[in-house]
Amino acid sequence: MNIKQSFILAMKSLKASKMRSFLTMLGIIIGVAAVIILVSIVDGFSNTMIDAFESAGINLVNVNVRGRGSSRTVTPDDMLTFAEDNSDDIIGISPTVMASVTLKVDTENNQTTVTGVNEYYKDIKELEIGGGRFLQYIDVERRQKVCVIGSYIAKNYFETFSCVGEKIKINGNDYTVVGVLEESAGSEEGSADDIVYIPYTCATLLSRQKTISSYVVASTSKDDVTKVKKLVENYLYSIFDNSDLYTVTAVADLVDTVDELMGTLTAILVGIAGISLLVGGIGIMNIMLVSVTERTREIGIRKSLGAKPWDIMSQFVVEAATTSSMGGFIGIAFGCVSSIVAGKILGVTATPSILAILVAFSVSVAIGMFFGYFPAKKASKLNPIDALRYD
Amino acid sequence: MIELKDIYKIYGDGDSEIRALDGINLSVADGEFVAIVGQSGSGKSTAMNIIGCLDVPTYGQYFLDGEDVSCMNEIQLADVRGRRLGFIFQQYNLIPKLSVLENVELPLVYKAMKPEERRLKAMSALEKVGLPDRADKYPSQLSGGQQQRVSIARALAGDPQLILADEPTGALDSKTGKDVLDFISSLNDEGKTVVLITHDMSVAQKAKRIVRIQDGKIVSDEVIREG
Ligand SMILES: Nc1ncnc2c1ncn2[C@@H]1O[C@H](COP(=O)(O)OP(=O)(O)OP(=O)(O)O)[C@@H](O)[C@H]1O
Ligand SMILES: [Mg+2]
Repeated sequence: MNIKQSFILAMKSLKASKMRSFLTMLGIIIGVAAVIILVSIVDGFSNTMIDAFESAGINLVNVNVRGRGSSRTVTPDDMLTFAEDNSDDIIGISPTVMASVTLKVDTENNQTTVTGVNEYYKDIKELEIGGGRFLQYIDVERRQKVCVIGSYIAKNYFETFSCVGEKIKINGNDYTVVGVLEESAGSEEGSADDIVYIPYTCATLLSRQKTISSYVVASTSKDDVTKVKKLVENYLYSIFDNSDLYTVTAVADLVDTVDELMGTLTAILVGIAGISLLVGGIGIMNIMLVSVTERTREIGIRKSLGAKPWDIMSQFVVEAATTSSMGGFIGIAFGCVSSIVAGKILGVTATPSILAILVAFSVSVAIGMFFGYFPAKKASKLNPIDALRYD
Repeated sequence: MIELKDIYKIYGDGDSEIRALDGINLSVADGEFVAIVGQSGSGKSTAMNIIGCLDVPTYGQYFLDGEDVSCMNEIQLADVRGRRLGFIFQQYNLIPKLSVLENVELPLVYKAMKPEERRLKAMSALEKVGLPDRADKYPSQLSGGQQQRVSIARALAGDPQLILADEPTGALDSKTGKDVLDFISSLNDEGKTVVLITHDMSVAQKAKRIVRIQDGKIVSDEVIREG
């Protein structure tokens, strides 16, 4: 008897008791579906997060200086000189100074944050200008009261994107709008379009900070980030002589961290789903043992007609494997549909991964074979005459 | 063809031991039609199970076609059952969830015969017993006599030399029982060796030789008709 015949036979006995077969499969169905749903949702989440990081700039390195208590310090000029010395690897460096301010246009009056940067910031962040220009060296150098605004600000305060030349009151001082950025995030409040850039030299005054503590560095390519990070660290160490006084973080490192975290999370969740698969396997073993007992007489008949132990064994192993792989199939279908639905509800794109599907399927076949083996072995060892006499 | 030498089958041990077969010596030549008779519990079925390689004797040697069956392993025994023997049981022993045709095909499946060839052979066996139109029915849809004929077709499908029938008419009324019996003796006329077990003397009279067993021993062995 070959595997194909065993398979046909297995399908027959599955069909003969549909309810029982379904209940037997249920453990596998739930286990497989759970694996696929969990993996695809975690994947979806981590992709969303990584996308967010990458749009924030995968080639960026953030520098935070806590020079407090030390006589040593770095100035923006030092940082710029450093950037020029390494212009092969570094696109530019800009201070980032956040200041909480009151923004006022006509009677519209809002509490918000402005960001002080220098002229390199546009290239660092790859900003697109929709109208006018970005901040220039002269603006920074002379502390000119000019600003570049995001599309949300333009829409909200001026009700038009062409508002270059208009004035905005920041903490009571008139700032001239010299540029409006291209819309990049749907002009939503709180998005990347809800932004006001001013020269950092003005921002330090607004924020009442004496020293500048945070910088953003862009590497020429994203493969260079690690190198640039090292360069910055070495440079800062050469000044501070103490690595506790500053921190240098690459966005790419965050991506790695997220990846690692999500990997751990996936492993834990899949482990839990695996328990369901194990329970499903035990369910299959249980039902196969019952089935062997029920069919003792059939086994006796088959043996009297020349069935070898191997024939009986393969029949039961194939039946167990068929049961669990059918469960696997249903679980995969159910898991794929549910993960897409769940993804929609959670607002992530949860695409069931081919790998998860393949793994889930082969695991379910393996479980059927593994847990079917013992009952099958038992059946194949039955003495023909005892089996024939069994009622 | 069959040669039993000092066959013992002992169940239990010590005081409670039961000698189902107590030193049986029996030879059956090719083409014979032997009826084994005896009271209930005399050891007829035990003897047949040993002849049919379904059971092994406690002591003694069994030669089938000159080969010592007593020292064969399970796989070899399965092969002997599948290729050389055809069983007809009192309880028909058809598999309920398989169709009539599939039941008849079963011994051929274990001989690894190709599906088309298998189908042809099984159909011709069913034709022989007069049930080709029931091929797609299930055993539960057939009468007892028809089921027994299906089981005969199954025994014939693999074209074995030796047919073993344990009370083949036991569950049938006298009319159908007679039909089945006539069919079995026609098989013997075609040259097959038949060993038939019964406790009914009128059934045994159909055979050419009657072996009487009592308490596990052969008490008489007579040829009643020449082939
Ligand atoms: N598995 C067993 N365990 C213990 N004793 C057994 C077993 N099988 C058979 N026997 C005993 O062996 C003896 C012979 O049994 P067997 O089935 O051969 O009788 P039989 O001649 O076929 O009887 P019947 O005409 O009722 O079918 C009986 O006494 C029976 O109780
Ligand atoms: Mg009996």
